[in-house]
Amino acid sequence: MNKKLFIPLAVFAVLVGFLFVGLFLNPREVPSPLIGKPAPAFSLNQLHKPDRTLATADMKGQVWLLNVWASWCVSCREEHPLLVELARAKLVPIVGLNYKDEPAAGIKWLSQFGDPYDLSIVDRDGRVGIDFGVYGVPETFVIDKQGTIRYKQIGPVTVEALEKKIIPLVRELQKS
Amino acid sequence: MTIARTTAFAFTLAAALVAAPLTAAAADAVPTEKDPVAAERAVRLGEKLRCLVCQNQTIGDSNAELAVDLRRQVREQIAAGKSDAEIVDYMVTRYGDFVLYQPPVKGTTLLLWGGPALLLLLGAFAMWRIVRGRRRTVEPPPLTPEERARAARLLGEPTGKNQ
Repeated sequence: MNKKLFIPLAVFAVLVGFLFVGLFLNPREVPSPLIGKPAPAFSLNQLHKPDRTLATADMKGQVWLLNVWASWCVSCREEHPLLVELARAKLVPIVGLNYKDEPAAGIKWLSQFGDPYDLSIVDRDGRVGIDFGVYGVPETFVIDKQGTIRYKQIGPVTVEALEKKIIPLVRELQKS
Repeated sequence: MTIARTTAFAFTLAAALVAAPLTAAAADAVPTEKDPVAAERAVRLGEKLRCLVCQNQTIGDSNAELAVDLRRQVREQIAAGKSDAEIVDYMVTRYGDFVLYQPPVKGTTLLLWGGPALLLLLGAFAMWRIVRGRRRTVEPPPLTPEERARAARLLGEPTGKNQ
């Protein structure tokens, strides 16, 4: 049989392969260039105690999560129960970055749905968000003891992301 | 009295409604409107940068909150005397190459830039092979006398006339 007859079939198979893989890619997930880089320096007022601040440097020496959220963000509500559960496990401190939100609305939202954050800070005009390359709330960063960003979850935290990536990574970073 | 108050309220409301979009647009444009060169630079940079929320729009086109914030960032940096390259660099360190509407030519984007040319070359090669192969196709072997006679019979020509 003529081998040339199989060329179109082979080309088709390769095309199908590419398209199949493409089905499972998310074009909205843009890899962050900040992974492996030091977390941007910020100093922001706290949500519950506006006269006090929190700076990036204050978190040095511990592994922590930075969760970017807002009361106007619908998928934040989706991930929220998971964060509350994670906070209850006391595995890792979570800092909430209230992004482009009314502080009053943020406080109300937290009292309504539960507050998983060890500390909440306010990024009223979104500048710190831009420094962190935030483009779709919610986003969650894993930051190590040296203050380096190790992982970024774009969109809501899922059970799968927690179990497969975030918790194992946090455990590993805490050991080092 | 009541009617006067209602009318006054209606007028105020109407005025507010008319003024609202204008103030929003003006607030967005304030820092550069005094300096046409800076304004033009801001627009040009806005056309080069991608809005990450609505990915097929530039930050100049998009009205997403993030695009508004990034435009503000661009204007502030122009006002601070930063060069275009510095501003683009600022965006790339935060959002990666994806923020550039025209991706840079480098190792990871080689296939993106070279892909069309590669496909064209492949197509040209395939066409050349096919055309050359066709030219080389051998002529069908000449008919034997028996075949010729049979063909003539089938065509209704008197046999032997051609021989």
